[in-house]
Amino acid sequence: MLDEPFSRGASRLHLADPRCKLVAALAFAVCAALLRSPGPAALALLTGAALCLWARLPLPRLLRRLAAVNVFVAFLWLFLPFSLPGAPLLRIGPFPGLPDWLAPNWLSLTATDAGVAQALLVTLKSNAIVLAFIALAGTSDITAVGHAVARLGLPDKLALLLLFTWRQLHVVAQEYHRLRTAAKVRGFTPGTDLHTYRTYANMAGMVLVRSFDRAERVGQAMRLRGFAGRFHMLAEPAGRPGDRLLAAVIILCAAALLAADILQPLAGLP
Amino acid sequence: MSTATTPPNSGQPHNCAHAHAHDHAHGHGHPHPHPHSHSDDDATPPLAAVQDIHFTYSGSAEPVLRGASLALRPGRRIGLLGHNGSGKSTLLHLLMGLLRPQSGRVLHRGVPLVSETRKTREADFVPLRREVGFLFQNSDDQLFCPTVLEDVAFGPLNHGASPAEARAVAEATLERLGFAGFGSRVTHRLSGGEKKMIALAAVLAMQPQALLLDEPTNDLDPHTRDRLIAILAAHSPTHLIISHDWDFLAHTCDSFLTVQDGAVRTATHTPHTHVHTHTGGDVHHHHG
Repeated sequence: MLDEPFSRGASRLHLADPRCKLVAALAFAVCAALLRSPGPAALALLTGAALCLWARLPLPRLLRRLAAVNVFVAFLWLFLPFSLPGAPLLRIGPFPGLPDWLAPNWLSLTATDAGVAQALLVTLKSNAIVLAFIALAGTSDITAVGHAVARLGLPDKLALLLLFTWRQLHVVAQEYHRLRTAAKVRGFTPGTDLHTYRTYANMAGMVLVRSFDRAERVGQAMRLRGFAGRFHMLAEPAGRPGDRLLAAVIILCAAALLAADILQPLAGLP
Repeated sequence: MSTATTPPNSGQPHNCAHAHAHDHAHGHGHPHPHPHSHSDDDATPPLAAVQDIHFTYSGSAEPVLRGASLALRPGRRIGLLGHNGSGKSTLLHLLMGLLRPQSGRVLHRGVPLVSETRKTREADFVPLRREVGFLFQNSDDQLFCPTVLEDVAFGPLNHGASPAEARAVAEATLERLGFAGFGSRVTHRLSGGEKKMIALAAVLAMQPQALLLDEPTNDLDPHTRDRLIAILAAHSPTHLIISHDWDFLAHTCDSFLTVQDGAVRTATHTPHTHVHTHTGGDVHHHHG
């Protein structure tokens, strides 16, 4: 079922107080998102990768996670290079060999240096942020993150929303798997016909209805055990003495990158 | 209780009559081997009770309960029978305040929680829920923390125990049920039987005065079922069990009620001796 592969481990980052890690991750993300030049962005990516290395995360899983994120980035590479003004790098079309009705004269695309630079910048920044979040927020399980959110002073409702969304995702996924198995053992093979679409529509409906029922029963069971809108933690997040220092160092690094990014043109550097 | 061991050469369908006749001999008329002294004194109010409950599910024309009454007194071990859809579970949900009746009263130690004259709030049921533990039919509805220990400690924490106290209670409860060392196991990876026992541990950790169990033996293998019988015998002086498993009820209860035509009646049939034959008799097995 839904797993949290990165939350298990014994590295220094895994043991750190999730509150400190969350604050550091947030600060890093904000700073990285504001970068405007590729140099500091590349450094941010290196920082993110270094954090992941430090957390000793399993590389194949990490790469798979990154691949998922970069699907979205790939779409940017389809459009961004061709949509900013700048010095032309690559020109596709017009196609004089082809008949006019198939490829008219105006049909041409030009990739510019500014466009490619922008796409590169976005790629560097988004990967840096994802890596940092996996290394910092992903190394605590979702319950710990939920509690950290509450203990950082955010409203309890937000923390509960996070925790219950997670719990409910499991429920919905379970119901879906159950229904899919039930359909499979009765000989259902998906195709591109009306029967398939109708079956999937029914399944989606059933998943919703059943998940709702189950959520209701889970809620009842919680109330019977005295739940009154507040989660109590069994284990106070232990944390280590150096956690605050660790967070401070990460935040300072991120701030330094941002400062370098802003000061770069002022200092006349390329 | 009785174990049917057969010679290794009998691969044929095997008759368990001897084992069963013996097993049920003392179950007849006196279902429980240790008869309890009931506190039938009507002067002391029951721990929890419903009186003259009428209930219809919204969107349904047919009422489920029509004037149902039930009292749970300390020391009583009640088996609740009735066919599917007769309203057994509904009755328990009404008793615990998970549903509100259209009319009738719900009482906790004589104090009305639901009645015609007062408006019921969710908080009114907190003291009752503290004293009466409820085991759901489906353990997946009950276990929702990532680890076993967190789940078992959930109730005590809600009732104001410190994390250290809650941990101690949870660990002691798990040990009492024979699940010491299960604390760090992940709840959704447990087997069906283990889930049921951990859910029971989670209820028992709240140290209730009485238990309500909704079809506890569904999906239990004979071994886990025996374990449940032993645990209830040792740790549950007062309970009400919904079940279709006559044999289980005979071992765990000493009085029997049934929900019929929307009302609670004294069960007319009590557990009886029966003889059955089944295949697989050459495999070492238990009968209740």
